[in-house]
Amino acid sequence: MSEGKLVNLRQMPPGRSGKVVEIQGGAGLFNRLSALGVRPGKKITKVSSMLMRGPVTIQSGNTRLAIGFGMANRIIVELDEA
Amino acid sequence: MTCHSVKNERIRQKSGVKRILLMGNPNVGKSVFFSRLTGVRVIASNYPGTTVSYMRGFMKLGEEEAEVIDVPGTYTLEPTSEAEEIALKMLNTGDIVINVVDATNLERNLNLTLQLLETGTPMIVALNMWDDVGHRGIHIDLKRLEELLSVPVIPTVAITGQGIKELVEHIPYATSPELAPSEHDERWLAIGNIIDQVQQVTHRHHTWLERLEDTSVKPLTGGFIALAVLVGAFLVVRFIGEGLIGYVLDPIFENLWTPVILGLSSLLGGTGFLHSILIGSIAGGEVNYVEAFGLLTTGLYVPFAMVLPYIASFYLILGLLEDIGYLPRLAILMDTIMHRLGLHGYAIIPTLLGLGCNVPAVLATRILESRRERFIAATLISIAVPCAALQAMIFGLVGERGGQYVAMVYGTLFIVWIILGLILNRFVKGFSPELLIEIPPYRLPLWQTVLQKLWMRVRWFLREAIPIILAAVLVINILYTLGVFNAIANFTAPVVTGLLGLPKEAVVALVIGFLRKDVAVGMLAPLALTSEQLVIGCVVLAMFFPCIATFVVLLRELGVAGLLKAAGIMIAVALLVGGLLNLIL
Repeated sequence: MSEGKLVNLRQMPPGRSGKVVEIQGGAGLFNRLSALGVRPGKKITKVSSMLMRGPVTIQSGNTRLAIGFGMANRIIVELDEA
Repeated sequence: MTCHSVKNERIRQKSGVKRILLMGNPNVGKSVFFSRLTGVRVIASNYPGTTVSYMRGFMKLGEEEAEVIDVPGTYTLEPTSEAEEIALKMLNTGDIVINVVDATNLERNLNLTLQLLETGTPMIVALNMWDDVGHRGIHIDLKRLEELLSVPVIPTVAITGQGIKELVEHIPYATSPELAPSEHDERWLAIGNIIDQVQQVTHRHHTWLERLEDTSVKPLTGGFIALAVLVGAFLVVRFIGEGLIGYVLDPIFENLWTPVILGLSSLLGGTGFLHSILIGSIAGGEVNYVEAFGLLTTGLYVPFAMVLPYIASFYLILGLLEDIGYLPRLAILMDTIMHRLGLHGYAIIPTLLGLGCNVPAVLATRILESRRERFIAATLISIAVPCAALQAMIFGLVGERGGQYVAMVYGTLFIVWIILGLILNRFVKGFSPELLIEIPPYRLPLWQTVLQKLWMRVRWFLREAIPIILAAVLVINILYTLGVFNAIANFTAPVVTGLLGLPKEAVVALVIGFLRKDVAVGMLAPLALTSEQLVIGCVVLAMFFPCIATFVVLLRELGVAGLLKAAGIMIAVALLVGGLLNLIL
């Protein structure tokens, strides 16, 4: 495994990609996210984030998702090399 | 595409297929399939005891007729929302499932596909958006996928109709392989396995459409796009609505209907009880359709020539925005603002619906997860979001006095929406969960689907609203004759005149507002109000109390206690804002 830096989705800079390593929180959030294609091991790219604690937009495969600010805090990503 | 087993022979013998379920993730083109498969006989139904609606239609299958159901989109059979629970219940009533799969999102879609296979319902897979796969640098080995799933897999492009014929031909070959139920992790492992064997993805560059998709969810550009879309939508709705009124409906009423009314009027002798109920007050060979207040004059003119054109144009544009896929983007942009009002971005969708009619809007608040959010959203909608019928009348009557007065009405309602939302967010207990939605790619809408949806919504208006409008006009006439209104007007005069600065007769309009707000605004017309009074009247009418239909759904959605709270807020806010306007204007 490469020495990627671990960040949460909110801290991840727009345009960067990375691999989901952990979803913190209960099974409810985990199941909802995994049904939408976001689970540990998946590669995702951050598209944008809204100002003032707005949602984060990501791309995973050909799926685009908007994820609320608080949830984005709980998704941990290992950044790819820029 | 040949996967016949002994089992599907059995299915065919079982007197053919009776009920076909279209199932799949949201945004995979299920409703386009539905339009393609079914004919004109389409019914929108609510699942018993819920507000989850689905479409039902029929198709020819050989000699027999089969029922086709467009099941609400679901990501998983482990339900996370009410719509998904309903989808699960419906699954048990179907004979076969057509699983519509987005070929460009195979991995995520297969999660539902495998869960469906585990239930043992005979199934075929429509691998939709097949034309898009190449553009996105994806290669899918169809034959291998069919072998691995053990059910027929048909590539389709629903939007152009490609593959639909083959799909229909394969319906009798729907089959159910014996697939043991599996756990979450096992299933994802199995999916990964399938994907490794059938799908190859090559790198490619972003298309201009995807860039556009990106810009619409970035804070700055997205904001401009949203503003442009909303202003554009508003202008087009007005343009179509006014066009229909000015060039179609007004001429019909003036040239064709007025002679009939005048003839009938002289037949009835120009006066009397029946005359005033059917025709109302007309003078000098002219019919003033807004002020006459007869069943055959105002009773028909308001719904058909003032309200229907705006209803039709509003729902046409809303349907287009829905099918293009813009609304989720608006939800994301609005999320930050909506959070301040105790809601999340998705609440913008019921709010927009409310600009058409508050009833489906309040029902649509069900898409919000928490009770608190639903209370806030429903209360805000019924106070500060005027329905199309009311707006049409505001444009018709207040618009005559000048655009600035219309702007005053809208501006006041918007400010109330914001301030009341901030207050409710502070004081209503509970929590508001966060946004998590898929952003579908932009798609060209299929006009059949758009028109089908428009027709369902217009028909709903014709069926539900017109009888109430006629009843309201009738009740007004009878109560007038009995002198009931005079009594009410005298009783409430201190509030109406003292606080709101309106003539005491205006209370009649407020009372009738409980039945229909459009009719109520019409009742302000003969009162010779100043423009400022008209603004106050319209604002108070919009906020004061919901119409009876909204009242009933509020009761159902919020319960008695919730409704009383909401109604109390409405009356208090309406009187407060009306009084303030009276002081300022």
